[in-house]
Amino acid sequence: MASNSSGGSSDRQRIAQQRLRIIAGHLQRPVDGDSAILAAECKAQGSKPDTSREEKTVPRRRQEIMKWNGWGYSDSRFLFNKKGQAEFTGKRYRLSGMIIPGLKDWFECTFGASLQHKTPATPLLNSSAVQPPTLNEAFVEELKSTGIPFSQDAEDRVFRAHGHCLHEIFALREGKFGRVPDMVVWPNCHNDVVKIVELASKHNVCLIPYGGGTSVSSALECPPEETRSIVSLDTSQMNRILWVDEKNLTAHVEAGIVGQDLERLLNESGYCTGHEPDSMEFSSLGGWVATRASGMKKNIYGNIEDLVVHIKMVTPQGVIEKSCQGPRMSTGPDIHHFIMGSEGTLGVVTEVTMKIRPMPEYQKYGSVVFPNFEQGVACLREVARQRCAPASIRLMDNEQFKFGHALKPQVSSIFTSFLDGLKKFYITKFKGFDPNRLCVATLLFEGDREKVLQHEKQVYDIAAKFGGLAAGEDNGQRGYMLTFVIAYLRDLGMDYYVIGESFETSVPWDRVLDICRNVKARIVRECKERGVQFPPLSTCRVTQTYDAGACVYFYFAFNYRGLSDPVHVYEQVEHAAREEILANGGSLSHHHGVGKLRKEWMRETVSNVGMGMLKSVKDYVDPNNIFGNRNLL
Amino acid sequence: MASKAVYSQRDPMLKKRDDFEDILEERRNSSDLRYALRCYAPVVYKGLCPSKAGTLKSMVLQSDQLHYVIHQVCRETGRAVDDVQEEVSSILEEMAHRLQLSTVRFFAFTLSKVFKTLFRSICVNEEGIQRLQQAIQEHPVVLLPSHRSYMDFLLMSYLLYTYDLALPVIAAGMDFMGMKFVGEMLRMSGAFFIRRSFGGDKLYWAVFSEYVKTMLKNGFAPVEFFLEGTRSRTSKSLTPKLGLLNIVMDPFFKGEVFDVSLVPVSISYERILEESLYARELLGVPKPKESTSGLIKARKVLSEDYGSIHVYFGQPVSVRSLAEGRVNRCQFNLIPRHIPKKPSEDIHSFVNDSAYRLVRAQEENMVLKPWVLLASLLLQNQVSGQKRGIALDELTEQAVWLRDLSRQYGAFLHWPEHTPPSEVVSSSLSLHRGLVRISEGRVQLALGQSYAVTPEEELLSQAVIILSCASYRNQALHVFLRPALLASAIHTASSNKKQEVFNSFSFLRNMFSNEFILCPGTYCMLFTSHWCCVSQDVLVTERGHRTLVFLTSMLDPFLQGYQVVCRFLCEEATEALTEKQFIPAVRKFIIKHLLAGRLRYTEVLSSDLQKNSLAALLRLGAVRKIKGYQGTLKVNTVMVNSLEDTLGKKPAVRNQQCLGSFQNISTLSVFFCLGGKLPTQKAVIARL
Ligand SMILES: Cc1cc2nc3c(=O)[nH]c(=O)nc-3n(C[C@H](O)[C@H](O)[C@H](O)COP(=O)(O)OP(=O)(O)OC[C@H]3O[C@@H](n4cnc5c(N)ncnc54)[C@H](O)[C@@H]3O)c2cc1C
Repeated sequence: MASNSSGGSSDRQRIAQQRLRIIAGHLQRPVDGDSAILAAECKAQGSKPDTSREEKTVPRRRQEIMKWNGWGYSDSRFLFNKKGQAEFTGKRYRLSGMIIPGLKDWFECTFGASLQHKTPATPLLNSSAVQPPTLNEAFVEELKSTGIPFSQDAEDRVFRAHGHCLHEIFALREGKFGRVPDMVVWPNCHNDVVKIVELASKHNVCLIPYGGGTSVSSALECPPEETRSIVSLDTSQMNRILWVDEKNLTAHVEAGIVGQDLERLLNESGYCTGHEPDSMEFSSLGGWVATRASGMKKNIYGNIEDLVVHIKMVTPQGVIEKSCQGPRMSTGPDIHHFIMGSEGTLGVVTEVTMKIRPMPEYQKYGSVVFPNFEQGVACLREVARQRCAPASIRLMDNEQFKFGHALKPQVSSIFTSFLDGLKKFYITKFKGFDPNRLCVATLLFEGDREKVLQHEKQVYDIAAKFGGLAAGEDNGQRGYMLTFVIAYLRDLGMDYYVIGESFETSVPWDRVLDICRNVKARIVRECKERGVQFPPLSTCRVTQTYDAGACVYFYFAFNYRGLSDPVHVYEQVEHAAREEILANGGSLSHHHGVGKLRKEWMRETVSNVGMGMLKSVKDYVDPNNIFGNRNLL
Repeated sequence: MASKAVYSQRDPMLKKRDDFEDILEERRNSSDLRYALRCYAPVVYKGLCPSKAGTLKSMVLQSDQLHYVIHQVCRETGRAVDDVQEEVSSILEEMAHRLQLSTVRFFAFTLSKVFKTLFRSICVNEEGIQRLQQAIQEHPVVLLPSHRSYMDFLLMSYLLYTYDLALPVIAAGMDFMGMKFVGEMLRMSGAFFIRRSFGGDKLYWAVFSEYVKTMLKNGFAPVEFFLEGTRSRTSKSLTPKLGLLNIVMDPFFKGEVFDVSLVPVSISYERILEESLYARELLGVPKPKESTSGLIKARKVLSEDYGSIHVYFGQPVSVRSLAEGRVNRCQFNLIPRHIPKKPSEDIHSFVNDSAYRLVRAQEENMVLKPWVLLASLLLQNQVSGQKRGIALDELTEQAVWLRDLSRQYGAFLHWPEHTPPSEVVSSSLSLHRGLVRISEGRVQLALGQSYAVTPEEELLSQAVIILSCASYRNQALHVFLRPALLASAIHTASSNKKQEVFNSFSFLRNMFSNEFILCPGTYCMLFTSHWCCVSQDVLVTERGHRTLVFLTSMLDPFLQGYQVVCRFLCEEATEALTEKQFIPAVRKFIIKHLLAGRLRYTEVLSSDLQKNSLAALLRLGAVRKIKGYQGTLKVNTVMVNSLEDTLGKKPAVRNQQCLGSFQNISTLSVFFCLGGKLPTQKAVIARL
């Protein structure tokens, strides 16, 4: 095994700490200074309590820290307090403990919702409502003998039966459970996985890999038609960084590690992967590989496919991996591309060698206000043309701009709010920007100080050509913070008859404006036609830029009072929106994946032959459909 | 739409139409000047990027689409880019409108005066106006008025101005440009001009389509054009032209707009200004070049009572809804959208179907006046050889019968409710006194009052009256057409078996699809629904017999017209007959037969009918155009013969021998000419 290479000079440690404060400003979790990176042996630790392990975020019993029927940590949630003001509980995030004065008005005006009309969730998970497990006794017996921990506890099983699609969470809040896994198993290392897959193959048990559970494509849902025993293979305990190679700037990591742990641990030795999907607090490396994930800072670090150097996956046919770690190979189609995006249908990703980078010396947020969305898109296009995109650049439309404003926490200093007011005046009155049309881009620059400042100027100069006006670091930073709390907000909405979701696509540049306009309009129209009483929130943002196009995110939410089957209405609207996306030249997905939610469009997306290719790979690798989550195909 | 039309025939109450409001009433009671100068502030499209006519032009000139085509033209012809660019600019110059409020105000003033002298009332459905106002704000709007008169587009702009709605930009035929002053005036009231034919001119097409699309996409103004392409001289709707419809739908297909609203507008004139002009044209008196002085002269002559005009703004039709499930917009994903591409098969057929549906929508909302029914009755009576005409009270009785029948078939009939029928009839007759003669309580068409010297001149002058009359009858044709086709089919079929009747029905429907607006691909449905409602009624009851006779008589002139064209082609067409010579030659042939008393219907002199029948024969492959010989026509005598016979409801006797030897070939060819429809084949074989 490679040796520990933390090289922990105090300098680096300091930078690491500083960076943590800046970038993951939303995470206020105390960091234990000296959690070194160790080359760990794989030991089945079945009976040992979790506390003996290093400081890691995700325990085996997720319910200890996370909600069973909503997003994120149990201690963190939005609520309207007795005074009717919104506040965010807990201590983990910047926003934690703060009052958000504007949210109530925005919420009531946007959705026509009222604090009087509540739809609280079922408070407790009622285990007796969960179907008793269908067990494959022979499998269970042999599994026991391996010493790998497993559970048939109803709570454990329910936790692994879903991702975070609206319909999944909605059902949980109502205390409804469909087909759930019959048991959960926690391998501790690659070899454990090999054993589990062998046993599953031998006893014809269905395996569903489970990473962070953040899927938004129904990928984790158990196929209702599955009659075999379903075992959820939870990778969360395979969460070590096995080695770091500073010469080649790579790290070899177990696939169950979640994003925040990976970054934190690497940061401590002065490195980072730079892969930061919005779900990074909970999503796992294996999940990223399995779904072809994309991180916010892909402009510098690349998407997951650019970041992986080597992948090890356990399949019913055995282990698949490459024999070397050369940076590029011409050896036929890249087998990594069968693995990336396989969505748990071929096997379990157990270990990944990833590129790492020295942590950036300097980071700076920024924001630009544009008179309208068209100008904003034109600016992003130009930035992409000149290939000078900052680590992240995102453009929100007017509705999201307003939403962002509504989420401003109460400020303690009179001075800031005064300046804020001035800025507002400057933007809306002075420059003649129409507050109902303007939109904002948020920026994040990273690198060495000088270059960042230079880069910043370049981008602001381009923005100026499109009527853009620098609008300060604060606005930018708040924008990024919001992406981490927005998932919590959905739970708040659901307390008051409001349901919603986001979905994404990628599209050529010349289509960006058209797709944004048409999809938003389609959502509004479909809602109206389906009897939604109040116009929905239908907004979008451009979240990534590429040479040849962009990634666009849509947010959509509505007040469902008066609807007998809101989730069905919701699904019909989302379906229509997806059809609209496809009709406007957008892709089926930029990074969320297909799962079961978008399966019906796969054939037209990749052509008949393409489907056949994928099928034949599946047929060879997993002829008995052990990995039977039925995603993709 | 076809199916809707059918249902409405069973239950006329299903078809709800708006009420009308006379806009001239206010004009008669208040100052025209103040009206012309009043504040005009129409609502606009919500996505409008305000732009002047000038900016519009530069947007067009700078578009990717035009750049692409310019460079393509340069590559193909070796011309310099500048040179081509200049041509583009001048095309645009020639074409572009220069909408000016002052001109509009001038028109508002003068037209108020003119309209008040010419017309009793101009009635508009205000609910339609409200719908339009709503539509204009939501999506780009295309106005699609019917086209029966030069008045149409002036009237449209006048109405929109009156209701404070955005003035449309109008695609007008270049022939108006001939009238210098008027042309410029029209341009300043929003007309833009297109050359009538620019088939192969890539550059012209590119400029034109980009110009229209730019205006549409930016919500600059509603775009207006005539689906029928030109004024219908017969009052029958014309086969829709697809070019412009394609252009305005394209931005939707390509996702450049969320939706486009198409608003069919039905303009019905109680008396058409161009009435006898049209008849003369159809008879071959060449069309006078549209010159300003001509129009003014016309106005002088026409200082008469032209009754009222009804304008019905139909329900806006969403292109998006029309295309739902029919057009796969993904087909535009793989080629940059600015590269011109021929419409795919499915787009083409979609646009075609939509065009038919829209023209049908125009037809459905055309107001019919009692006179239209009288004209139908008088024409039928005239043919039946009643030299002394028909007694006034008998005519009234028939008119009342027909009124009820037409309502049953869903006609939009404006029959004054509280006036005794006899009064309705006599006032209608008096408005059209130029066409009818009443003496001794008997009514007939005003034939034979001319000072003609030769029998041929006499015939032609009678034909002017008959064709004028027919144009009024034609207004009601769309109401009776579908049942009439079925009635004729029942009449023609060798038995009353449903299958037999269906075969003849399909044959007629196919044969006449250049003549009438018959939505493509609705044979079966159409047949079945009509079969249900007509067959029981018509075949069983006494009342039904009367209906059957009326319906078949409605179609008879057309049947005879097509037959005589067939006969002409078999008997007289020489090897060298060109398309150009066809009309004069067939006219001569018909005149000969009419004078000899061998034809019943003077109407068949209509060049419109002759053109349509040739088009049908070409479509069916019974006649072919030989390329490169100035459009020489090659006649497949066997096929034309058997078509004539099939139209003529009688077994083929004349060419029995000839047919015998060619039986197989002709069976086959008839089969093919009917589009390979199996059920039809059987019918034809039976007859052969
Ligand atoms: C609030 C929120 C924000 C998000 N933001 C982003 C974002 O910015 N970028 C982005 O790309 N995605 C984002 N997502 C989607 C989601 O986080 C990603 O799809 C992520 O990659 C899933 O990882 P996971 O570990 O949670 O996988 P899971 O949800 O547990 O599983 C997802 C799929 O991968 C399979 N799988 C999981 N682990 C393995 C393994 N080790 N081997 C084989 N198969 C496996 C599962 O069977 C399942 O089919 C977001 C989701 C939410 C809820």
